Amino acid sequence: MKIGVLLKQVPATDTQVRIADPSTGIATGDVKWTINPYDEFAVEEGLRLKEAGKATEVVLLTVGGKDVEQRIRDALAMGADRALRLEDPGFEGSDCLGLARILAAAIKAEGISLVLAGKQAIDGDNAQVPAMVAELLGWGHVGSVSKLEVDGAGFKAWRTSGGGSLDVVQGGFPAVLTADKGLNEPRYASLKGIMMAKKKAIDVKGAAALGLDASTVGAGAALVVDSAWTLPPQRPAGRILQGDNAARVKELVSLLRSEAKVI
Amino acid sequence: MGTGILVVAEFEGGHFKKTAYELLGKALELAGGGPVTAVAIGTDQAGDLGAYGASRVFVASGDRFAHYNPSTWVQALSAAISAADPAVVLAPASPACKDAFPRLSARLGAGYATEVTELRLDGGAVVGRRPQYAGKALSDVRVRSPLALFTVRPNSFPAPAAGAGSAELVALSVGQDPVEAATKVVATEASTAGVVDLTEADRIVSGGRSVKSKEGFDSLIRPLAAAAHATPGASRAAVDAGYAPHNEQVGQTGKVVNPSLYIACGISGAIQHLAGMRTSKVIVAINKDPEAPIFGLATYGIHGDIFEICPLLTQELKATLG
Ligand SMILES: Cc1cc2nc3c(=O)[nH]c(=O)nc-3n(C[C@H](O)[C@H](O)[C@H](O)COP(=O)(O)OP(=O)(O)OC[C@H]3O[C@@H](n4cnc5c(N)ncnc54)[C@H](O)[C@@H]3O)c2cc1C
Ligand SMILES: Nc1ncnc2c1ncn2[C@@H]1O[C@H](COP(=O)(O)O)[C@@H](O)[C@H]1O
Repeated sequence: MKIGVLLKQVPATDTQVRIADPSTGIATGDVKWTINPYDEFAVEEGLRLKEAGKATEVVLLTVGGKDVEQRIRDALAMGADRALRLEDPGFEGSDCLGLARILAAAIKAEGISLVLAGKQAIDGDNAQVPAMVAELLGWGHVGSVSKLEVDGAGFKAWRTSGGGSLDVVQGGFPAVLTADKGLNEPRYASLKGIMMAKKKAIDVKGAAALGLDASTVGAGAALVVDSAWTLPPQRPAGRILQGDNAARVKELVSLLRSEAKVI
Repeated sequence: MGTGILVVAEFEGGHFKKTAYELLGKALELAGGGPVTAVAIGTDQAGDLGAYGASRVFVASGDRFAHYNPSTWVQALSAAISAADPAVVLAPASPACKDAFPRLSARLGAGYATEVTELRLDGGAVVGRRPQYAGKALSDVRVRSPLALFTVRPNSFPAPAAGAGSAELVALSVGQDPVEAATKVVATEASTAGVVDLTEADRIVSGGRSVKSKEGFDSLIRPLAAAAHATPGASRAAVDAGYAPHNEQVGQTGKVVNPSLYIACGISGAIQHLAGMRTSKVIVAINKDPEAPIFGLATYGIHGDIFEICPLLTQELKATLG
């Protein structure tokens, strides 16, 4: 079984966001980039399945420019076998559905039968692409998986459902699974891994190579468009309560009740 | 091209969730007299949705809907959409809807915006506003397809008052889908039944690394949460140390919450934690370090020791709230 892992680069979680232009989005000049944390869980899970003899190859797939290659190298250094970077001028400005069309075409061409992805990319926080890929391929999917068991016949996935409970979902391949926190503890790349990653192949493919109709992807096909970017409104300065503990606790409860009216 | 708004009304444990009423209230406001309808999966009742403005309630019930399955949900939602023919669908940003809507979007070729926190009319079109980068930035989001799909973060809108209307109940006939058999729920492992999920909770009490142990979390944070009628939450440091399970983690890689009241006990307020709770309406910070970043966001702050303050606060809340 060949595993495809969807990988996206995102600003590190401690990035201070600034708006470059209200119509286009955040300033990326001095942003430190990382692999989307949920995608790291997906990479790790793919590697574990391969190590357990349940998969033959772990292929990374990413839609992005040359600047993403360092992140791809990082995941190759963890142990992934090779990567496909999907880039084309016509891909620019794709919305989630456009990205899913690009990825679905590549997954089909690669003969992949298990796709692992992050449950959400922490830049746009969309949580859309992987399930769209599944729909476009006509496959089943399980989202937000925090535990996975795979055997010859199929898989069992523990999925976060409402109310803090977990659904145990059984399914077969092909399938798309998205990783939640708790699935595993991603490894650090070893020095040997980092050296080996330098020699691993990163193939670049565009619309023609994927047999994609360019009018279905890119800015022209995007159905969802962002604008009017701002930072969140500043919160008014808070009040620090004074006095001994008992007095402050009494005052707090009374403020919550009569001023803030939240209890 | 469709008109009006279809609301996904989630039904659980024998009643409609609060989000159903929040969304109906907003739908009435946005529809400008156009039809407001609702779809409910896993029940055969319209309940009181008519009193909140739904003219028709489409229901899909039976064994196939006993457990959430993305494919059956997409089938049912598609059936409701073809029956109601709306211009806009509003759903709660719940685990089920966030899971099903990308598939629905791809199947119908309809644009979908995730987890908006505001909705308004602009030139006849419904425009959303949504947090991105874990709430560190906001953008307007417009959908260019004739049918627009939105999920909405719970607690974004006030629940309206009931009116006198009643709804026509329409049972959907939901066809089979080849993908339906691809996945099947074989068991459910409940963790903390009876407690409102963090993402929907109206009140949250969270504890950090400073509780020092699982016993600390269980003896300081959980009783305080119970006394406040709140859902317990935790920082990642507390979760990583094993003081609380990871489904209780609040933050950028935990749950994003939107309560009226968020009480942070011994939490420093790292940017990744703030990312998950910054939209809380009222924030209380209890921390012995006056320089802790959490105080920058707090509506009310107490510079103090959680081992002293939390038990007192638990008592005081018990006395006030019963
Ligand atoms: C990729 C990534 C993702 C992350 N995602 C998340 C996330 O989703 N959620 C999250 O929370 N964090 C997340 N973090 C971690 C985050 O950076 C912080 O490390 C974490 O939030 C700190 O938790 P804390 O406030 O409990 O602990 P600390 O930062 O150690 O703070 C403890 C606080 O308690 C106070 N204190 C100590 N003792 C007492 C006492 N007796 N009484 C009162 N106050 C006391 C201290 O003054 C201090 O302010 C993430 C980090 C990374 C790198
Ligand atoms: N440009 C992309 N290239 C490859 N994978 C992606 C891309 N965008 C999103 N994904 C995958 O889809 C997941 C969810 O992303 P999103 O729907 O953008 O929140 C991510 O965690 C990735 O695994």
